[in-house]
Amino acid sequence: MTYEQLSSIAPTVGLIFFMVFFVSVIAYTFWPRNRDKFRRAAKMPLDEE
Amino acid sequence: MGLKHEVFEKNSLILTVGILVTVAIGGLVEISPLFYLESTVEKVQGVRPYSPLELKGRDIYIREGCYNCHSQMVRPLRDEVERYGHYSLAAESMYDHPFQWGSKRTGPDLARVGGRYSNEWHVAHLADPRSVVPESIMPGYPHLLEYRLKFDNIQDAMATHAAVGVPYSEAMIENARSDLIAQSNPAHDGAFDLEERYPKAVVADFDGNPETVTEMDALVAYLQMLGTLVDFSVYDAAENLR
Amino acid sequence: MTDNRMVEAGPKRPAQSNPWLIGLLAIGGFLGLFLAAKAKDGVMEFHGYLFMAAAIAGIFASVSKAFDGPKAAPVERGPGVTYNDGVIRAGVIASMLWAVVGLLAGDFIAWQLVFPELNLDLPWTTFGRLRPLHTSAVIFAFGGNVLLCTSFHVVQRTCKARLAGGPAGWFVFWGYNLFIVIAATGYVLGVTQSKEYAEPEWYADLWLTVVWVVYLLVFLGTLRKRTEPHIYVANWFYLAFIVTVAMLHIVNNLALPISLFGSKSVQAFSGVQDALTQWWYGHNAVGFFLTAGFLAIMYYYVPKRAGRPVYSYRLSIVHFWSLIFLYIWAGPHHLHWTALPDWAQTLGMVFSVMLWMPSWGGMINGLMTLSGAWDKLRTDPVIRMFVLAIAFYGMSTFEGPVMSIKAVNSLSHYTDWTVGHVHSGALGWVGMISFAALYYLTPVMWERTRLYSLKLVNWHFWIATIGILLYITAMWVSGIMEGLMWRAYDAQGFLEYSFIETVEVKQPFNIIRAVGGLLYLLGAVVMAYNLWRTVRGDVAKEAEPALRPSVVTDAAPAE
Repeated sequence: MTYEQLSSIAPTVGLIFFMVFFVSVIAYTFWPRNRDKFRRAAKMPLDEE
Repeated sequence: MGLKHEVFEKNSLILTVGILVTVAIGGLVEISPLFYLESTVEKVQGVRPYSPLELKGRDIYIREGCYNCHSQMVRPLRDEVERYGHYSLAAESMYDHPFQWGSKRTGPDLARVGGRYSNEWHVAHLADPRSVVPESIMPGYPHLLEYRLKFDNIQDAMATHAAVGVPYSEAMIENARSDLIAQSNPAHDGAFDLEERYPKAVVADFDGNPETVTEMDALVAYLQMLGTLVDFSVYDAAENLR
Repeated sequence: MTDNRMVEAGPKRPAQSNPWLIGLLAIGGFLGLFLAAKAKDGVMEFHGYLFMAAAIAGIFASVSKAFDGPKAAPVERGPGVTYNDGVIRAGVIASMLWAVVGLLAGDFIAWQLVFPELNLDLPWTTFGRLRPLHTSAVIFAFGGNVLLCTSFHVVQRTCKARLAGGPAGWFVFWGYNLFIVIAATGYVLGVTQSKEYAEPEWYADLWLTVVWVVYLLVFLGTLRKRTEPHIYVANWFYLAFIVTVAMLHIVNNLALPISLFGSKSVQAFSGVQDALTQWWYGHNAVGFFLTAGFLAIMYYYVPKRAGRPVYSYRLSIVHFWSLIFLYIWAGPHHLHWTALPDWAQTLGMVFSVMLWMPSWGGMINGLMTLSGAWDKLRTDPVIRMFVLAIAFYGMSTFEGPVMSIKAVNSLSHYTDWTVGHVHSGALGWVGMISFAALYYLTPVMWERTRLYSLKLVNWHFWIATIGILLYITAMWVSGIMEGLMWRAYDAQGFLEYSFIETVEVKQPFNIIRAVGGLLYLLGAVVMAYNLWRTVRGDVAKEAEPALRPSVVTDAAPAE
C-alpha cells in the first residue's frame, strides 16, 4: 500500500465509520426497551446519601 | 439471577473496550498513513543530521523552552514567505526528535534564522536582548556565556538518535567529540573533516572566548544553521510532497 | 493530609499495616536510592532522592496508622456501605492548593510579558521554564486532582460501593501528586522534552503510567462492585477520560532515554509524524482531560445541586458517544498551513466543525437541567457558578470550530487569540465548574451543614467573572491586531510592520490580561479561605446571600 492510496482512503474510512457509529448510537438511545432503564438511570444521583 | 449479574459485571469491561476502540480508530486512520511518507520526504537535497555542537545547542534550545514563544514553521502564506523566507518543508524537520514547530509567536519565527544575523549579534542578544532590540520582551540568558558545555554524553546521545532512525554513521559517532570542539574553534585541525561529515556547518568561535566551549557556542551554532540546509535555487516543489 | 483519619476504614478492616504495601514501598525506596546513586546528572539524582523520600513517608504513614489504635466508628451511608472519603478530602485540599499555585505562576508569567525584567535573567525563572510550570500546575495538578477526587466521589455514590483496592486509592492520590512535583521541579531545573502539555521526561512519564493503570483498575474495580445494574453516565465520561488519556500519554511519550540514569531522552518520532502525534495528544488532552472529565462533573453535580435529574438522559448518551468519536480526529487543526499534508488538515477541520454539535447538545443538556428550578440561579451562587461554566463551555466550543476553519486559522494561529480561546475554556469552563463542584463537595465531605459563607462565593463569582472577561477580551483584541499587522502591506507593496512593532503595540493588552488573571487568582484565594473556614466548621453570620436579602434561608444542597 502506498502513501497516496492510504491518504485517499483515510477520509472515506473516517466518514463511513462515523455514519455507522452514529446510527447505532441513535438506535441504542431510542430503542423503546431502553426507555425505562434510562429513566431510572437519570434519577441515580438523586437517590443516594 | 446469578447469570444476569455476571452480564452486568462485564458491562464495565465492554464499555471500556468500546471506548478504546472508538478513540483508537480515529488516531490510527489519521496518523498511520504519515509513516508511509518517509520515502517521499528523503528526496530533498541538503538535509542532514545535526552536527554534535548543533545537537547540543538544540538541547539548550529545548531546555530553556524557546519553543514556548518561537515557532519553526513558515507557512506558505505571502506575508510569511516575505518576512521569514521559503515556506518550511517536512523534510527540514525530519531529524527533529521531537519536532520544534511551536504553536505561538510571542517572538518571531526561527525556522530560517540561520545566517540572518552575525554571531556577535546573537551572543549580545541572548545575553541581554534589550541591548540590541530595546523593545524586546525576551528574557536574558547571560549565564550561557559562563556555563561550560557538558558534552560527555554526546556519543550516547547520537547513538540514541541513530537508534530511532537518524543516519549518524559510526564515523560520526566516533569523532563526535573532536567534531564538536572543531566547530567552535576555527584553528582546530578537525574543521575539514567536520565539513565533510556535516556540509554547511558553521565553524566559528561563536562567543569570542576561545578557551572554553560554552553553552552559548552551542546555542548560536544551532541557531546559525536553522533553515540553511536546503538550497532553494535548485529545489523543485513539483517533485516533492511538502 | 491532616484529616484522613476521620472516616477511614470500614468495620471489616481493623487497623493493621499491610505487609505487601510496605514491601512495595520499600522496593520503591531502594529504587529511588539506586537511581540517585548512579545518576548521571543532578536533576536525576535529586528526583531519585525525592522518590526515596516519598516511599519512606509512605512506609511511615502506613506503619503509624497501624499503631493508631481503634478507629472512630465509620459513618454508615446507604445500605451498609462505608465509603472511602478520606482520599476525596485529600483531593479537595490538594485541588485548592494547586489552584492557587498554578494561577499564581500563570499571572507571574503574564506580568513577565509586560515587564521582561521579571524574568530576573536567572536560569530558573525565565518565561520559557515557568510557562510549562503554569500549564502543568493548572491542568494536571489542579484539574487532575479535581478529577481524581470527584471521580472517586461519583463512582462510589452512583455504584453504592466502596472504592475498590483498599489503599490503592491512596496510592493513586499520592503517586499522582508525586508525579506533579517531579514534573514541576524538573521544568524549573531545565528538564523537559519540549512537547507542549507533555513536557515531563521519560522517567516521570513511566511513573505516571504506573499510577494511571492503578487508577483505571481502582475505577473499574469499583464499577464491578456496584449494586446498581446501570452505570450512570457520569462514570462513562470518567472512564473515557481515564482510558483515552492512558492511550494518548503512552503513544505521545514513546522515547528512548540516552542513559537509564540520565534525565534526557530522544523522542521515537520526528518531524511531521511527531507533530501530528503531539497534536493528536494535545487536542485530546483538551478533549478528554479538560472536557470529558469535567462533563462527568457536570452530569453528576449539576443534578445534585439543583435537586433535579439531568434534562435528557438520552441526549447525554448521544452526547457521550459522538463527542468521544469526533474529538479524536480534530487534532490536525493545530497544524493548519504547516508541512502536514493537506488531506490531514482538511480531515481535522471537518471533524472540528462537526464537533460543535455534540458540544452544544451537552451544553443544552446541562443548562436545561435547571428548567423548573431557575429561581435557584438567583438564590444559590454555586448554581450560578455551574451555569456560568456551562455557558463558557458553549462559548469556547463555538469559538473552537470557528478557529479550526483554515481561513480563520491563517489569521488566528500563532497569535494571542489562541491564548484567549484556551483561557475562555480553561478559566470559564474548567475552572468555574471545578470551583462549583468543590463548593458542593466540601460541606458534604466534612459533614458540615453548609458552606462557611455564600456571600464569599458570590464575591468569588463576580471577581472571577470580571477577571475572565478582561482576560479574553484583551486577548481577542491583541491577537486579531497582531495577526492583521503581520500580514499588512503598505502602498508600495512591502510588509508594513517589523515584528518588533507588533510586540510593542500589545503592551497595554498584556497589562489588561495580567490584571484579569490577578482577579481570577484573587477569587481563588477567597475561595480557599471560605473552604478552610467551612472545614473548621465555622458558619458566617450572614443572614442571607448578598444579592437577594429577602428570599433565601437555606441554599444548602438539596438532599
